[in-house]
Amino acid sequence: MSHDHDHDHSELSDIELRVRALETLLTEKGYIDPPALDELIETYETKIGPKNGARVVAKAWTDTDYHARLMSDATSAIAELGFTGRQGEHMVAVENTSGVHNMVVCTLCSCYPWTVLGLPPVWYKSAPYRSRAVRDPRGVLKEFGVTLPEETEIKVWDSTAEVRYLVIPRRPKGTEGWSEERLSELVTRNSMIGTALALDPSNQEETA
Amino acid sequence: MNGAQDLGGQMGFGPVELEENEPNFHAKWEERAFALTLAMGATGSWTIDTSRFARETLPPAIYLSSSYYEIWTRGLEKLVVENGLVTRDELQQAEATSESKPVKRVMKAADVASILAKGGPADRAERQPARFKVGDAIRTKRMHPEHHTRLPRYARDTVGKIETVHGVHVFPDTNAQGKGEQPTWLYGVVFKGTDIWGPESDPKLTLRIDLWEPYLDPA
Repeated sequence: MSHDHDHDHSELSDIELRVRALETLLTEKGYIDPPALDELIETYETKIGPKNGARVVAKAWTDTDYHARLMSDATSAIAELGFTGRQGEHMVAVENTSGVHNMVVCTLCSCYPWTVLGLPPVWYKSAPYRSRAVRDPRGVLKEFGVTLPEETEIKVWDSTAEVRYLVIPRRPKGTEGWSEERLSELVTRNSMIGTALALDPSNQEETA
Repeated sequence: MNGAQDLGGQMGFGPVELEENEPNFHAKWEERAFALTLAMGATGSWTIDTSRFARETLPPAIYLSSSYYEIWTRGLEKLVVENGLVTRDELQQAEATSESKPVKRVMKAADVASILAKGGPADRAERQPARFKVGDAIRTKRMHPEHHTRLPRYARDTVGKIETVHGVHVFPDTNAQGKGEQPTWLYGVVFKGTDIWGPESDPKLTLRIDLWEPYLDPA
């Protein structure tokens, strides 16, 4: 797969050259407008990310009516907070309880709820996670530092269609009376994929 | 297809590698590869199912040794050539030497927010009644199509139960082949870990997989 351009751009790797060639060609041909690429990157770098999902979870923890709407029609409930669109068209919220832990994977590609979590991390798209999450979720969770009681049921959701899953982690103890905003600081990206629990508030004094 | 992308249950890849405070992109070219893929998707020249098939038909050794945005880049190279938007020669030379083909739209910076907010819903109007209802026992088909499919190998020829009726959704198997959306019922199906992996499975494991009606038989 080597190209003949190395004499022009000796400092660039094969993949850098390929991406550059694509962008140059597709621009010359009028199929893309480079400022739109900048805007796409900027959007996912600054506007769409796991803070969105953390707001959803914190609201569900504090507002029982919102919680009910989220569990019955997550797409609409999430849209109430302004999060709609690409890779979040058909949302389902799945809730952890004392006896059930949910974990999300896409074994076939990298399906992920972009509207609430942003772009997936490398590990989520990697072969180790995609291959083992469905067969040995407890072993995978250990690698994330999570050990669940043996009696806990584990539900693994393989995102094979255009339905996207958001895990609602359990609200940590010791957060009674906390505001939504303060609670949202405890809701990490991984806790909404199901590879972590929400943060322990006793370790969060400095953010309070 | 039984390609390298169908990873569920495969072994030998080692532990999950975690990175603290991971950025969205690890290099400038990843940003461009990501945005190029989305912007070219917006031209309406192919469907999301076709683009997935372009990636999973990469030779397994290449798929498994490429980073994710390398896979996207190689997939995009295939798509633009297969759809006649550029020639292989132009790609090699990084220079346009032929006429452009008309595309449905070109994404402008000002349209990005509205295009992303709109997304691409996959649900469609019901045309026929659903064959299954919540609680029905099903068995997934034993099948090994060479075309795109979303029934993972690990869940074929396995008994499960309908847990959710999602509605009628675009059928990826036909859509990826340019045979149209052929919308059909999509179900959330629950499987016992032991029915998929055998008696060695974690007894407390259950799996949920979203599956289209043509993948399922009554059990």
